[in-house]
Amino acid sequence: MDQILSLAATNLLSPIILCFVLGVLAALARSDLHFPEAVAKGMSIYLLFAIGFKGGVSVADHGIDLNLGLSLLAGIFLSALLPLIAFAILKALTSLSRLDAAAVAAHYGSISIVTFVAATSVLEASGITSEGYMVAVAAAMEAPAILSALWLISRGGDAEDGARRMDSALLREIMLNGSIVLLVGSFVIGGITGADGMARIESFIVNPFQGVLCLFLLDMGLVAGRGLREGGAVLRPGPLAFGVIMPLVGSSIGLVTALLLGVSTGGTALFMVLSASASYIAVPAAMRVALPEANPSIYLTLSLGVTFPFNLTLGIPLYVAIAQTFGGG
Amino acid sequence: MKTHQAKRVEITIEAVMQSRLTEALNKAGVTGYTILPVWGGSGRSGNWTRQGQVSRGQGMVQVICIIKPDRLDTLLEAAFAVVERHIGVVSVVDCEVLRAERF
Repeated sequence: MDQILSLAATNLLSPIILCFVLGVLAALARSDLHFPEAVAKGMSIYLLFAIGFKGGVSVADHGIDLNLGLSLLAGIFLSALLPLIAFAILKALTSLSRLDAAAVAAHYGSISIVTFVAATSVLEASGITSEGYMVAVAAAMEAPAILSALWLISRGGDAEDGARRMDSALLREIMLNGSIVLLVGSFVIGGITGADGMARIESFIVNPFQGVLCLFLLDMGLVAGRGLREGGAVLRPGPLAFGVIMPLVGSSIGLVTALLLGVSTGGTALFMVLSASASYIAVPAAMRVALPEANPSIYLTLSLGVTFPFNLTLGIPLYVAIAQTFGGG
Repeated sequence: MKTHQAKRVEITIEAVMQSRLTEALNKAGVTGYTILPVWGGSGRSGNWTRQGQVSRGQGMVQVICIIKPDRLDTLLEAAFAVVERHIGVVSVVDCEVLRAERF
């Protein structure tokens, strides 16, 4: 345990996590610090492209193996399963309506790509390698959770049929949302061009990466802090506890999955991070279309104001430390 | 200068519903509209602002249509089918336009 806490403390004091903390504190203190919308969008495009490309190059270097397919299937399965577990915990811990609980559950089955990017950065800084295809696993985990949440609603009987809420337009929007297209697209480009491609753009996507991530997480800290400040009032102790308990439950399931798959220590940490994180980009948009009656203040405050900061500050260091202790070779 | 009576319909709705709304308007034969970003506001669902939004799920837009009065019901029926379950405001005001043939 001492080793885990020591490793966690080391990771906690990285520039990216401290930048995030600065953003949260600035927002809570009502500072006027903010990033222009276009700058934040530009940074997120850069980070998604860089992480996708690097993942593709890594797969090109190491080749495609059976574990890639199995990991993708495991990711899809986890994304579909986690909302069911989250829903059961929510019903036990909170008095949320079936609709609100299903909407929250969808967020916890899907993933936060920013948390994933931050985790890969922490792994790199620690000299821990991970499977390049984890980028594809992250993309595969975005959507199944939404279908699980709609299934939960359709089981309710008194609510509208889940299938009717998921029309073809919504399915297309989910599957082709900008983050997925950019991540998968740059992953494929990295895979096709391999080391040669990396050599051509390395100075753009490798060296500035940490600095851009610091600024981006400073902005995300501001967003999370604002969300916590404004949405905190709507959350009772039950949902708040869920926001911390669920990532721990999810990461434990991710750990078991990774150990069964036999992935590397870095891959184990990333499976834990993906299972622990909650979406705040793709799923909220889908929920506004499919479940407009659900209260967005609850699911956004939980995923963005509680779980995201928890994962970035305490979760990632903890997951990496646990993966180093129990993880594969 | 001669002006003509028209109706100005302002629909403030979630950004994720924008394409669904404009598609419904197009199907109803309402092909002229203007879409504006909404900076922020306050309502039954609380305060919100575009600043720092990370998801289209949280943003709002305003769709403005100016039409001949006899087409108002068609527009409202098409719009209501889309916005009924969602956060937003639909308002109608009388206005005057210079070139009636354009509406």
